[in-house]
Amino acid sequence: MGEPIVLLKEVSKNYEGKTITPVLHGIDLTVQQGEFTALMGPSGSGKSTLLNLLGLLDRPTSGSILIAGTDTTSLSDEMRTRFRGETIGFVFQFHHLLPAFTALENVMLPAMAREGHQTPAMRKTALELLDAVGLSAQAQKIPTEMSGGQQQRVAVARALAMNPRLVLADEPTGNLDTKAGQQVFDLMRHVNASRGITFLIVTHDDRLAHRCDRIVELVDGEIAHDLPNDPLRQTQVV
Amino acid sequence: MRFIWIVAIRFLYEGKTQSLLILTGVAVGTAVIVFLSSLITGLQESIIQRTLGTQAQIVIRPPDEIPRTLNPEADARVERPAQRLRSIVGWAQVIDVVRRVSGLTAIAPTIAGPGFALRSRGANAISLRGIDPESYTGIVDLSRYITAGTFRLGAFETVIGTELARDLGVNVGDKIRLQTAGGRTTVLRVSGLIDVGSRDLNLRWVFVSLRQAQTLLGVEDGVSTIEVRVDDIFSATPIAKQIADRTGLRADSWMTSNAQLMVGLRSQSASSAMIQVFVVLAVALGIASVLAVSVVQKAREIGILRAVGTSKSQILHIFLLQGLLVGLVGSGIGILAGIGLSVFFAELTRSPDGSALFPLSLSWALYARAIAVATVVGVVSAALPARRAARLDPAEVIRYG
Repeated sequence: MGEPIVLLKEVSKNYEGKTITPVLHGIDLTVQQGEFTALMGPSGSGKSTLLNLLGLLDRPTSGSILIAGTDTTSLSDEMRTRFRGETIGFVFQFHHLLPAFTALENVMLPAMAREGHQTPAMRKTALELLDAVGLSAQAQKIPTEMSGGQQQRVAVARALAMNPRLVLADEPTGNLDTKAGQQVFDLMRHVNASRGITFLIVTHDDRLAHRCDRIVELVDGEIAHDLPNDPLRQTQVV
Repeated sequence: MRFIWIVAIRFLYEGKTQSLLILTGVAVGTAVIVFLSSLITGLQESIIQRTLGTQAQIVIRPPDEIPRTLNPEADARVERPAQRLRSIVGWAQVIDVVRRVSGLTAIAPTIAGPGFALRSRGANAISLRGIDPESYTGIVDLSRYITAGTFRLGAFETVIGTELARDLGVNVGDKIRLQTAGGRTTVLRVSGLIDVGSRDLNLRWVFVSLRQAQTLLGVEDGVSTIEVRVDDIFSATPIAKQIADRTGLRADSWMTSNAQLMVGLRSQSASSAMIQVFVVLAVALGIASVLAVSVVQKAREIGILRAVGTSKSQILHIFLLQGLLVGLVGSGIGILAGIGLSVFFAELTRSPDGSALFPLSLSWALYARAIAVATVVGVVSAALPARRAARLDPAEVIRYG
């Protein structure tokens, strides 16, 4: 199967304010290229923290995080930003699009940030991506002119803009109605299948989780379950 | 277009109200600076112009005659003698020496002394000024002040002040008699009347040719003063010192002989500078506070930008650019407003005869300076908010944003 896309060793994270709040305790996790994994757990279990660590938005207190074979804990801030832009795509719960930019420009953002300017090639790629998520007609609309589901599909397109190997999604359907949520989920599964991009999705939705390849469940900052999504477990939950 | 420019412009456009607020702040500040500068500079230029209109910027004289005691220890009282009219020894050579000093535009030998102007039973005490019209035009262009006749100093011709002419009841073409303390006397024809803007001088000034004055004052082939005009009027004092050092003569600049005026001009400049500094400070604080609020409001967007691969330094530059743009655009508007204000004010205060009471000095240099100041202020005041924006923790703003 080759080198794993995500390799976490003994990863701990404390939030240090007035008191030290431990959030993650010695997490070990391996994710293979092309996997479509659900990350579940009650609120406060450390899912988002883990996602931020994987997305290089935050640094662990201890332990090491290897993304695509690169030990990210030793990278400088500038290097992490670059590495993040090239390797990882994000989809957030509240479809974080920039309100002052059109759908097309939002999709172009990662490439523009990386190159420092826009090129016709970027525009072309972004249009193709919007087409892939079924929104080529909405390219020139600003986020407030689109529905929640459409915005989230734009966010997925943006996550794919740099052709990343890993997409992290934090409750991508959490803010959408069932139908729109289903559409966005289907889109991600389709991208996973057609492009071989690894997905790690934080979700509270059991039905969606059970359409993933694998379910990792966090409880109190530790991995409580890590199971391939087999029918046995499905019956347990239902 | 560059990515950071696109984001900076969009951010400014997105926060329209705030952007308009700071733009207005910068524009008002710039307008005040332009208006104040044009007014103060114009006023000062006109005061200096008026002062220097009739006097040389540097006057070279022989040193005062002071007796020296042979024995300084001795308890003797040294009496200062009355100064007599003396010629500058070797003045032609002195002029050659002075000519080598840089920054001069004109040099003219002159001779001045007391005398009387007589006509029938009228007699007026006058100040006799012997000049060489050709070289003296470079020092003070007297022909500008002529009110009747022409400025011409032939062998037996004279140009006199308008008040003196009125007192003596003469006009162009009439003859007057001049007498000096030494008893020498001559009759001259009035070729022109001159009004230098001062009643006192108009009553006393009598211009004759250099040769005529030399004869009348009894200093054949001599001159009593050498007058000098300089390029930059405010460098007159150092140039005067240089001249004094090289020639061993006394050289007085207009700045020392008009010390009172200089103090006035300086304090005017200082208060104007002070007002400008405070305006700049107020504008800077305005920009900084509005941008600081905008950083808080845009925290979520900054987080998104960071998450999609925008670096800290790009975020920093985006906010610095906003300061720069606000400074640039705001000062552009402010300059137009300042010009408008100045012109309006000048019209408002125009005296009945149509001459401007407030001379304005609007120049490209002033606009360039205003734009430069506003832009620098914009960038500098954006620095703190920009740093805060760059330091935002993307994980945090995305989680709680």
